[in-house]
Amino acid sequence: MTSTLSALATAVATEGGHGGGQVATAATGVFDLTWLLIAFPLLGAAILLLGGRRTDKVGHLIGCAASIASFVMGVVLFFAMVGEPSDGRAFTVQLWEYVNAGGYSVDVSLLLDQLSISFVLLITGVGSLIHIYSIGYMEHDERRRRFFGYLNLFVAAMLLLVLASDYLILFIGWEGVGLASYLLIGFWQHKDSASVAAKKAFVVNRVGDMGMVLAMASMITVFGSTAFDVVFASAEGASTGWLTVIGLFLLLGACGKSAQFPLQSWLLDAMEGPTPVSALIHAATMVTAGVYLIVRSSAIYDLAPDARTAVVVVGAITLLMGAIIGCAKDDIKKALAGSTMSQIGYMVLAAGLGPAGYAFAIFHLLTHGFFKANMFLGAGSVMHGMHDEVNMRRYGGLRILMPATFLTFAMGYLAIIGIPPFAGYFSKDKIIEAAFADNWITGLATLIGAGITAFYMTRLMLMTFFGNRRWKQSEPPHESPPVMTGPLWVLGALSVVGGFGLLYVGAGIVDWLAPVTGEAHHDLPMPLWLLITITLATVVVGVAIAWAMYGRRAVREDVPAGNPLTVAARNDLYGDAFNEAVFMRPGQYLTRSLVYFENRGVDGAVVGTATAVGGLSARLRRLQTGFVRSYAVTMLGGVGVVVLAMLLVRLP
Amino acid sequence: MNPTNYLVLSIILFSIGAAGVLIRRNALVAFMSVELMLNAANLAFVTFARMHGNLDGQIVAFFVMVVAAAEVVVGLAIIVTIFRTRRSASVDDASLLKL
Amino acid sequence: MGEAALFWVMAPVAVLGALGLVFSRKAVHGALCLAVTMISLALFYIAQEAPFLGVVQIVVYTGAIMMLFLFVIMLVGVDSSDSRVETIRGQRVAATLAVAGVVLLLAGVTIRATLPEEPVGLNQATPDGNVSAIADAIFGTYVWAFEIVAALLITAAVGAMTLTHRERIVAKATQKELSIKRFSEGRPGDAAGLPVPGVYARHNAVDTPALLPDGTPSEDSVNRVLIARGAARSTDEFRHHPTPADVEAAATETSFSVEGEDVAAGESDNRAGEIGTDDDASGGERA
Repeated sequence: MTSTLSALATAVATEGGHGGGQVATAATGVFDLTWLLIAFPLLGAAILLLGGRRTDKVGHLIGCAASIASFVMGVVLFFAMVGEPSDGRAFTVQLWEYVNAGGYSVDVSLLLDQLSISFVLLITGVGSLIHIYSIGYMEHDERRRRFFGYLNLFVAAMLLLVLASDYLILFIGWEGVGLASYLLIGFWQHKDSASVAAKKAFVVNRVGDMGMVLAMASMITVFGSTAFDVVFASAEGASTGWLTVIGLFLLLGACGKSAQFPLQSWLLDAMEGPTPVSALIHAATMVTAGVYLIVRSSAIYDLAPDARTAVVVVGAITLLMGAIIGCAKDDIKKALAGSTMSQIGYMVLAAGLGPAGYAFAIFHLLTHGFFKANMFLGAGSVMHGMHDEVNMRRYGGLRILMPATFLTFAMGYLAIIGIPPFAGYFSKDKIIEAAFADNWITGLATLIGAGITAFYMTRLMLMTFFGNRRWKQSEPPHESPPVMTGPLWVLGALSVVGGFGLLYVGAGIVDWLAPVTGEAHHDLPMPLWLLITITLATVVVGVAIAWAMYGRRAVREDVPAGNPLTVAARNDLYGDAFNEAVFMRPGQYLTRSLVYFENRGVDGAVVGTATAVGGLSARLRRLQTGFVRSYAVTMLGGVGVVVLAMLLVRLP
Repeated sequence: MNPTNYLVLSIILFSIGAAGVLIRRNALVAFMSVELMLNAANLAFVTFARMHGNLDGQIVAFFVMVVAAAEVVVGLAIIVTIFRTRRSASVDDASLLKL
Repeated sequence: MGEAALFWVMAPVAVLGALGLVFSRKAVHGALCLAVTMISLALFYIAQEAPFLGVVQIVVYTGAIMMLFLFVIMLVGVDSSDSRVETIRGQRVAATLAVAGVVLLLAGVTIRATLPEEPVGLNQATPDGNVSAIADAIFGTYVWAFEIVAALLITAAVGAMTLTHRERIVAKATQKELSIKRFSEGRPGDAAGLPVPGVYARHNAVDTPALLPDGTPSEDSVNRVLIARGAARSTDEFRHHPTPADVEAAATETSFSVEGEDVAAGESDNRAGEIGTDDDASGGERA
């Protein structure tokens, strides 16, 4: 993995250029085999999910093999791409025609370029590590084979998402990861909370999906196509209004998938899933799909400044919200989930800054993938050792008993709070720079976010690994098996060197991505050294406050009352309460009134008509005596009436 | 002689036949009453044919006879079948087709 | 003039026939009344330059259809007569109203219609005579209707056969089986078949019961239908009624000879049948 990344970093930089207008060529040679990336995990999922109990014994191995095979394929493709000239690194792989409806046609084709190969390596690399980790973590679960099947399904769908060259195909992957997320959040479906959380994630994601669908519909209206090349090429000619609309719809979709404000509420509940799932799907990969979508649609956002402003606002709000929520949670996974929200907020904010920020967004996305997956897996390791206890107030002093977990977690910790030279420092610092270059408000938001990040991560660290031991002495914690600590070490190492490596080895990720995202230089309102100093000072202040509150004083086992902000943060800043009050309750009232109207109005009319007809027929049926002679009387009378009517009409 | 007299006779016979259908319970008598009505109609047709000097009335009367013959064949078969199972030729007894 | 006379004679007959159909209690009387009406109608047809239809009316209607009716009436029971009590409430009133309405309507139409005083006549329409003209029309203008009507007739015939056909569900008993059944189930005395009416009696008509070898008249020998109708002669008529002298003679004969002779046995049997108090074995059996 490390070698791969350094190779990535050594990739030769290309000339910049606004809008990332590089032209993809038809794939040849090894690039023709791009589809294998998706095929491996898909095949693995098919074998595991269709194979049933026969594959119980080797299920985890098949799952890991599928993921690793895909990773190897990704590495091969990456090196092949590095070998190509810098302006010819985008390839399309035409597979087959999906839809051809008159003037609208969709091809199933894959787009392999610098952006998607970065994601491919992240997904398959981190994914493979988490697969391996899961062997140990899920060892005692009798449904482990199914778990690996779902993981493979997720990897396949996520790869389809990042490799698609058409929004509609992207949407298939988009829904596929949503499905896998739903299945995995509710994996322990015997727990009520898990199944409810899965449903919540599913429903909230549908709101975002409506945004995606509307965006695609708008594209078909405006451009007549949803293919990337057509849309991006003709974006210049479209009206700004339409582009803003499409950008806002895409943002809605991104908000749903990436748990951004106002669709953030599902991510915290999603922690009900197994911890490897939280690490892979709800930290490293799937939740970053929104960032990918925005960066991929850079051609649209470049031309729609209003939409970009909305993206920045959403990112800024979410990064602060997530950070504040993270400060108050005692559940280690929920604290990390708040942190994830916050970090994705950084990425979205960076993506909203335009060409100046796209590359940094992806950069932070990659480093975040490393250190957040690392920390989630570390948290999983802690829980594994603590017999599935998640409350940090029951932890304490674990650094002695779980040295490997502690050390790797500490690497992630230093990375996320942005201590040089760990990974997060480079990526987050770049985003703060870009934000300050854009304007003061976003800059301050990112700066404050960095301070709060330092506070809550230090709090988490202190409550878990330092301080007094608050767990039951009868069940001492134990270190996890090597199959779990191995991936932790790899990810820990990446958390250390990933940032530096990606940014400085070779020409760096910015130049690597430039053909896709475009490039822009920004001017800082203050000297760079001053900004770095201020940032680091903020981080140190955050750490110091946390130390003062949780390091010097003993952590209480019961939950203190806390100030109003703490209470609000514990309640997810009333996000759920807001949703309930604004959407759920009125929805319920609406449905209730509709049911009432249904029962009384519609049904009343229908039933009333039926009753009236029934009553009338009950009386009319008395005429049906069964006596032929009665009928004959009626008939004769009828004939008389008919003749009379004819006479009245015919005769003057 | 005024041929209208034939028409009047036809009306009288037709009405008597109709009354027979409505009043008599015996299926055979009711059936014969129907035949009487048909014959009354035939008389009207023949009278009109002569009145207007057009043979078509007679042709229609002829077809009415043939159809009446067919009707009698089937109708009597039905009456016989009903009688065989129910031992009754009363039309009121076959009154099950109701709610 | 002749036509007027015919009309004024035959029209009341036709109306009376029709009324007879409606008001006769027995169906067979109604059928005969209807036949009278139809014959009078046939005469009217002939009088109105429709000799072909008149003949067809007599041959087909009176000859075939009415006979068919009579046969069915016989099947159903020639004697059954209807009760005049109306069972459907309001049926008489409704029927009267409906018929009155139809009469009024038709009368109104006839009165309002402008009809020629003198008929045009069919001389021009049928230069070669009535039958040829009808043949021309039926096999010319109306040939299609004629073919259809032919198909209708065939269908009706098949339908009538289907309706009245009864499927045999058990094999027909052979003569042998019937005779075995007689011996095993029936009275031994009837094993050789029921006695034939009139034999050994004073008359040999079908309504006369046969006398059994012992001199008793047998009811079994007379057709049950005749008995039900009361058309058979009573068996009492042929029964031997012993006088007191006969009884005495029989008593002395019995004391004289223990072994009873045929005649004596027959006489005692006779008494058994008559009085029903004798304890003679054979008499008890016969009773």
